[in-house]
Amino acid sequence: MPKRSDIKKVLVIGSGPIVIGQAAEFDYAGAQACRVMKSEGVNVVLCNSNPATIMTDKALADEIYLEPLTEETLKRIILKEKPDSLLASLGGQTGLTMGCKLAKSGFLEKHGVKLIGTKLDAIDRSEDRELFKQTMEKINQPCVPSDIAYTVEECVAIANKLHYPVIIRPAYTLGGAGGGVAYNEEELRLISHNGLMLSPITQVLIEKYIAGWKEIEFEVLRDSKGNVLTVCSMENVDPVGIHTGDSIVVAPAVTLSTKEYDMLRTAALSIITELGIEGGCNVQFALNPDSFEYSVIEVNPRVSRSSALASKATGFPIAKVTSKIALGYTLDEIVNDVTGNTYACFEPTIDYLVVKMPKWPFDKFLYAKRELGTRMKATGEVMSIGTAFEMAIMKAVRGAEISTSTMNYKKFVDYTKDELVARLSEMTDERIFVVYAALKKGATVDEVFNITKIDRWFLNKFKNLIKYEEMLATQKLTRELYNEGKRLGYLDKDIAEISGQKIPYRKKAAYKMVDTCAAEFPAKTPYFYSTFDSQEHDEAKPFVEKSGKKRIVVIGSGPIRIGQGIEFDYSSVHCVWTLKELGYEVAIINNNPETVSTDFDTADRLYFEPLTPEDVQHVLDIEKPYGVIITFGGQTAIKLCSYFATHGIRILGTSADSVDAAEDRERFEALLEKYAIPRPKALTVMTKEEALNAAEKLEYPVLLRPSYVIGGQNMTIAFTQEDVCRYMDVILAQGIENPVLCDKYLMGTELEVDAISDGKDVLIPGIMQHIERTGIHSGDSIAVYPPYNLDDTMLEKIIEVSTQLALELKTKGLINIQYLIYRGELHVIEVNPRASRTVPIFPKLRACLWWSLPRRLSSGQNSKNSATARACIRRRRTWQSKCLCSTLKNSTTLTPSSVRK
Amino acid sequence: MKKKKVYLTLENGDVFQGYRFGADGNAVGELVFSTGMVGYVETLTDPSNLGQIVVQTFPLIGNYGVNENDAESDKAWVSAYVVREYCETPSNFRSEGTLDEYLKKQGVIGIYGVDTRQLTKILRENGVMNARISDKPALDDYDDTAAYAVKDAVKTVAPQTKEYYGDENAIYTVALWNFGAKKSTVAALVKQGCRVISMPASATAEEILATNADGVMLSDGPGDPMENTSIIAEIKKLLGKKPVLGAGLGHQLVALACGAETAKSKYGHRGSNQPVKSLEDGKVYISTQNHGYEIISETVKVGKINFVNVNDGACEGIAYAEQKAFTTQFAPESCNDFCGGKPIFEKFFALMKKEKENA
Repeated sequence: MPKRSDIKKVLVIGSGPIVIGQAAEFDYAGAQACRVMKSEGVNVVLCNSNPATIMTDKALADEIYLEPLTEETLKRIILKEKPDSLLASLGGQTGLTMGCKLAKSGFLEKHGVKLIGTKLDAIDRSEDRELFKQTMEKINQPCVPSDIAYTVEECVAIANKLHYPVIIRPAYTLGGAGGGVAYNEEELRLISHNGLMLSPITQVLIEKYIAGWKEIEFEVLRDSKGNVLTVCSMENVDPVGIHTGDSIVVAPAVTLSTKEYDMLRTAALSIITELGIEGGCNVQFALNPDSFEYSVIEVNPRVSRSSALASKATGFPIAKVTSKIALGYTLDEIVNDVTGNTYACFEPTIDYLVVKMPKWPFDKFLYAKRELGTRMKATGEVMSIGTAFEMAIMKAVRGAEISTSTMNYKKFVDYTKDELVARLSEMTDERIFVVYAALKKGATVDEVFNITKIDRWFLNKFKNLIKYEEMLATQKLTRELYNEGKRLGYLDKDIAEISGQKIPYRKKAAYKMVDTCAAEFPAKTPYFYSTFDSQEHDEAKPFVEKSGKKRIVVIGSGPIRIGQGIEFDYSSVHCVWTLKELGYEVAIINNNPETVSTDFDTADRLYFEPLTPEDVQHVLDIEKPYGVIITFGGQTAIKLCSYFATHGIRILGTSADSVDAAEDRERFEALLEKYAIPRPKALTVMTKEEALNAAEKLEYPVLLRPSYVIGGQNMTIAFTQEDVCRYMDVILAQGIENPVLCDKYLMGTELEVDAISDGKDVLIPGIMQHIERTGIHSGDSIAVYPPYNLDDTMLEKIIEVSTQLALELKTKGLINIQYLIYRGELHVIEVNPRASRTVPIFPKLRACLWWSLPRRLSSGQNSKNSATARACIRRRRTWQSKCLCSTLKNSTTLTPSSVRK
Repeated sequence: MKKKKVYLTLENGDVFQGYRFGADGNAVGELVFSTGMVGYVETLTDPSNLGQIVVQTFPLIGNYGVNENDAESDKAWVSAYVVREYCETPSNFRSEGTLDEYLKKQGVIGIYGVDTRQLTKILRENGVMNARISDKPALDDYDDTAAYAVKDAVKTVAPQTKEYYGDENAIYTVALWNFGAKKSTVAALVKQGCRVISMPASATAEEILATNADGVMLSDGPGDPMENTSIIAEIKKLLGKKPVLGAGLGHQLVALACGAETAKSKYGHRGSNQPVKSLEDGKVYISTQNHGYEIISETVKVGKINFVNVNDGACEGIAYAEQKAFTTQFAPESCNDFCGGKPIFEKFFALMKKEKENA
């Protein structure tokens, strides 16, 4: 069926702020949807409150509303814009819920708006626990024994019938919010009370807890004609009980034989057929590891986190295809972009293994509970691609930026076997490392399996790594042994460290292509991953050799974490686009599957790799670029700065020395002294004693934080000696490389300035003032623009100091400066010579296109119209405020995000 | 354990070094690649793979071990097996042993540690070719290797005797003309309530009609379809007398019997993700296929092409209204709703029902 002719103007609902369970993947999906609609000549009206998104860029939609995602706002937009259709299935749970509300209230029908994509009835039958159960019963798909409850008493009655433990799953909530496992009535009452409160329809499902079963997911697609296909199967390393967002996941499923695979695939396809899904859909199963018994856990009738992962894992663009299906196309009419001459109606087959590893926020919140369960706690994830599981997991671990590049976790090195085995039952983010350490200390595969129920297949793969490490430690490091290490995914530095020997030679990586078809058809997508096969067959090289242009490599920002969200991906993508416009050929390196930057058509070439010096160097060896850009990749990219500087790699934009001048406390202080710019008194400390002395000297309260970090990692305000001791104990236990900073805590007004400089002139697009007191991290503060109570003298002073700092630091590109006004005096808190969290706010707020300027400056092209800053600083009639979105209901963490209201 | 080096030398001179697993020895065969991510036991034992050195594109093979109940026949037919990595520690509740042990038992030579993606690309670009596995990295027997061809394929794999499966009192009796049918073909028919009489490949049309079956299914099998001249002659006699369903080789043989031509494909369709589109209702099915020969669409004069491959437009099915026959290139055995098998069997049953009622 060709495109529907009755779709001319579509309202697309975005997903709003980033919250746990709903991260950047919806910008990725939404951006693809907008692009598809526009390229099909459809007028796109977009509503999303998150400004740090590619989809809210003017280029992707005709009308953009940066408005809160409420029924009222959407109604107003519909009345004003009069769209004929509404697309809700690409805006995550938020978008879907909104779309449903509007449809159910009869508003859409009254105003002649169609809900395109999956129909309302299908959404209801997958989301409503009771309807879902009925539907599954109708087509004989087994569900876990369960019942619906609307009150706590009903919950208790059901649990008594099912026997404990039971899982509580609230209806229509995100990331398992409000759910949990109860082992007795007391726990059940507590969790279900909370769950009922969080469910918008006060409904929970009480389900028998099938601990130890395998958790298998299928990503499936269906079009309006009823064609169905499987994009990808996925297997969770952790068995049922840990939220899939918190599980390490491999794709494709590895421990299923053809019989189980076919059984579940058929079940998934039967389910979407019965539900009548139109577009992408995720189906989760629990599979008894000792029989063919299975249960349907859940169906997500929309593009989800898993579909983003499946898209990146296979190269199959689920969001794009879903959008086309919504427009009326059928699968056999949609061309497979990867090959360019086959169709979307086929099942991808891959010739590598993909591992997804969650990124948890526990490193930022020292006192947070690390336990994992049915409520998701991860803020982001990394994906890795390898030809073996060992290689893929190693790449994932070092890409997750958790201060280890092997499976050996410092914390557990000194534990005995018994201590480790005792900890195996604790389901935390660190368990995978406990498992590894226990196996290394001699625990058997069966011993570990019996406690964790992690499939023996994975445990045996860990054993392979352990065996190799033992060989490294005891044998002479021959070429053969070294090559084996590379095949298993070890970095040179780890091989050298574990063996205590010099590596015999350096093997270079060879890149292979992600092509949806395991090389069955020639592919056009420049989407690569590294292997250590013969370099002769490198598949990236022909692309590089073809390029006649100057090449630039952009370093991406890695996993989404507290303090480093989607903003940095937004910046990276814009950087890539601008460089392409300027005539460069651009390659990007990143390992976050939830992003637009890792879409294979964003840059000229995509390398899906961890962002460590060695992994990046391998790419540079192939690309041989003119230079690299690090200022848009957040702290992840900045960390590579010194490596580039010492290896003669040209850094475009602000130099490594300038970064160091801003990050190194002593150099920075010297700089401030030179201009007599005050800053809160500060000392650097390495030990508990030093910290106590410093605090004494500076006088309490003091602010403690490690240097070289982002997002206030482990920042605390200490009022007493006890606070200092507690903080230092925890931080030293993790082992630190850089000193801890101890600042005098001043309570005043906090300001934030983003500026751009080409080394000669400085442009300051705006000043933001925080509403919260100092000490509340800037990412957690509500900020307003323009500043609401500063006089002209202070504004002049800020401009003067910002200009001085930007020039003195030889900034070429963006710089972010945080100020504090204490008793009428301007203090500098910190300076970051790179793109910051607030960067995406200004271009949107100012509705002017200064945005493309910094990239030009970074790449060395001068800009004539700089220094026009001062005039644009004030003169705004409306106040825009950035406010935060907390996810307290999900966990004890707080996720800052940039939502404007 | 010491790794034993071994070489895979292609007819075009390319050499791949790997390590031995499975059985020892040398082998010559036709090198083909298969894209299925699961199903290695089925691939090894599929009679259609006779004489072939199969390369798996998925890098990790043997993950769930081997269960002989999954086998498509009583033995492994491949000449050799090429993987990137085989699993020494499989995990699955039905696993009876490792892939390595199974290959040893079946006498199949295995190689691992090969860049299977590169190998696949070579086959994709140059088409299937012969290859040799030996301890030497050269083709000193080039002529022998190049001359290798799968001969008397059907005769080699097809059972010699008549066999019965399923319930004697079943509604329909199907004569399965067995050119090397997979066990799953028989199982699919039995599962759907048929009594199956498996007839040897050498059976005549008369013998098949004498079974008094309600319909005849022509099975899949190995090799060049044109080799089977006497079978084609028998098919000509059979057509129009009973409802006929042909699959795989059976599909090609019926086409040959009706005057169409077949040719060797460049690299064939081997895997479980081949999209086929029904020209009757426009629906697309993701089918399982395993073939290296195809019908030349332009030569189909009798009957109507009713299925095409979505990727390359190849002929995937023909309906012969007058002959009461219809055939598919893909395997209808996986008879769930989504692989295209179910509607095929339904049509076959409808045809048999009609015949029965008319009789």
